[in-house]
Amino acid sequence: MEPLTSKKKVLEQKPLTLAERMYLPAIVKGLSVTISHIFKKEATIRYPEQEREFSTNFRGMHSLKRDEQGRERCTACGLCALSCPAEAITMIAAERKQEEKELYREEKYAAVYEINMLRCIFCGLCEEACPKEAIYLDGPIVPADYLRKDFIYGKDKLVEQPLNNNK
Amino acid sequence: MGTSVFYFVATFSVIFSLMVIFSKNPVHSVLYLILTFFTFTVHYILLNAQFLAVVNFIVYMGAIMVLFLFVLMLLNLNKDNEPLKSNMVKIVGVIAGCCLVVTLVGSLKATAISDPVVLKNPNLGLLKNLGKELFGPFMLPFELSSILLLTAMVGAVLLTKKEKA
Amino acid sequence: MDIAFVIEKFILVTIIFAISLLIAMYSTYAERKVAAFLQDRLGPDRAGPFGMFQPLADGLKMFMKEEIIPTNANKWLFMVGPGLAMLTACIGTAVIPWGSDVQIGDRIVPLQVTDINVGILYIFGVVSLGVYGVMIGGWASNNKYSLLSAIRAASQNISYEIAMGLSIIALLLVTNTMSLKEIVEQQHGWQWNIIYQPLGFLIFIICAFAETNRAPFDLPECETELIGGYHTEYSSMKLGFYLFAEYINMFVSAAVMATLYFGGYNYPGMDWVLLNAGPLFGPLIGTVVFFVKIFAFIFFFMWVRWTIPRFRYDQLMHLGWKVLIPLAIANVIITGVVIAIIEKF
Repeated sequence: MEPLTSKKKVLEQKPLTLAERMYLPAIVKGLSVTISHIFKKEATIRYPEQEREFSTNFRGMHSLKRDEQGRERCTACGLCALSCPAEAITMIAAERKQEEKELYREEKYAAVYEINMLRCIFCGLCEEACPKEAIYLDGPIVPADYLRKDFIYGKDKLVEQPLNNNK
Repeated sequence: MGTSVFYFVATFSVIFSLMVIFSKNPVHSVLYLILTFFTFTVHYILLNAQFLAVVNFIVYMGAIMVLFLFVLMLLNLNKDNEPLKSNMVKIVGVIAGCCLVVTLVGSLKATAISDPVVLKNPNLGLLKNLGKELFGPFMLPFELSSILLLTAMVGAVLLTKKEKA
Repeated sequence: MDIAFVIEKFILVTIIFAISLLIAMYSTYAERKVAAFLQDRLGPDRAGPFGMFQPLADGLKMFMKEEIIPTNANKWLFMVGPGLAMLTACIGTAVIPWGSDVQIGDRIVPLQVTDINVGILYIFGVVSLGVYGVMIGGWASNNKYSLLSAIRAASQNISYEIAMGLSIIALLLVTNTMSLKEIVEQQHGWQWNIIYQPLGFLIFIICAFAETNRAPFDLPECETELIGGYHTEYSSMKLGFYLFAEYINMFVSAAVMATLYFGGYNYPGMDWVLLNAGPLFGPLIGTVVFFVKIFAFIFFFMWVRWTIPRFRYDQLMHLGWKVLIPLAIANVIITGVVIAIIEKF
């Protein structure tokens, strides 16, 4: 076939010299390369004990935030569930009672808030949709588990621990 | 003790050699043949011929029988596709078998129980003595047999060469 | 044949058997560790300190796994195969001299099970039998890949046995004896055979790689072409036996190489040590030195495995028949001529 371009490069293959055909120098060279790797630093990170540093915009497990007074910010508006492309979020709203003023910031709050971690794709759209800055994907990697039902995280796992500094 | 060990091993030799003939599967036959050779090795050791024993071990058990097994494994042994032999072949086979039986019976009749062989030098089978014998009095036959083997080898190589048309 | 003799040999055999199994066990661990270190990794480090109990866990796993015998396999031979592989691997240790004679009380105990006067040939015979385990197992599995692998193993073993035998013949011309004990005694101090037979050693070690089915000659277990090779159909401890036999073979061939070419339990300055350490500990130090040599060879086996890619089959045959055998013959002739000249003058 006629070459379409003039870029064709003709490779010249010389017959092997005696030293090359003996193959032993090449083997010795290879052995020295591999042995030098014994003295190099290993790339392994022993995972559960050591962890690699996450990048600043890493999106991990969700956490439901509290405000400065330790009240839950979420008002159960449902925008996060609406924006979720994987339909991983469900919630049941409830009205705040008078004595619960210390617990919830808004008059309406999420009585049940569940995220199915097997459906979640960690896109971060819930974080963007939230008008109350209540949900952030700033946690660690979601751990493995044995049963599907154990991947549905409720408020017990999602809500941030209350701050203790005002005590 | 030597005699009883001999009879013990000899029984096995006979049993295994019979199994070589009687087993239906050729691979089993070869495996029994290997066992037979192994008993021969033990016989050699009993005769204080260690070199011969080990060489029998290496050459027959380790090399030749591997080649036998090698060839047999490549045959498709699961199918009974052995072609039926014609009547002519069967008749010839029967005649040949009868001849063998007659010869065997005749030779058995002719033999008497021989005296047990007593070597003048019981250490003849050891390495040094054997080497001295082979390269001393038996030099010519030894070299001739090696030339014979070499010829066979060259012949085998020639057979595998393709003829240039 | 007194009772003490029988007991002594029995104890020796038991110890050697236990040690070779232990070394084979920890060779699997060492293999993974060496591979890891050569590849900038860590290797197994979860079971126990530094992963020391990994072989135990692996062994337990092997025992607990389900035993599967294929329906169309030849059941009897399928079971004989791994056993034979293990047996032939283990009996090679019988003639290796592990140390010089130890004096316990009044009794002089040789650290060798038996010193037959054709020791080298015995090892050679055991090695040539080793292929039967693979062949029988591969054939009995009734699997194309296993069969191909068995055939590869057989032809590879036969091809490399010739070169190995010829390299040993050159060594025998130098040593004038086939008894391993005498060969070791001749290499007292620094007089190791590697000095007289460098080419022979090179041929021998290449053949040893081929005979033990180790990389770069591990074509019988070539995963890319033959799935698992001859043990494709094997599971549970039968598979374990095959894998184990490979490591015992490696241990035995390392011991043989150390004995034949690297002076066995001899080391420079041994006379001084023997004088000062007494009749019991002096020889045991030699044994320790011997094991250090063996471990060095085992490490070399692994080092090569994680460096050199597998040969193609035609390259393997070309190397065996057209390179190693002529080289070995040339080595025999040169050695013979040199010895004749030395004896003449």
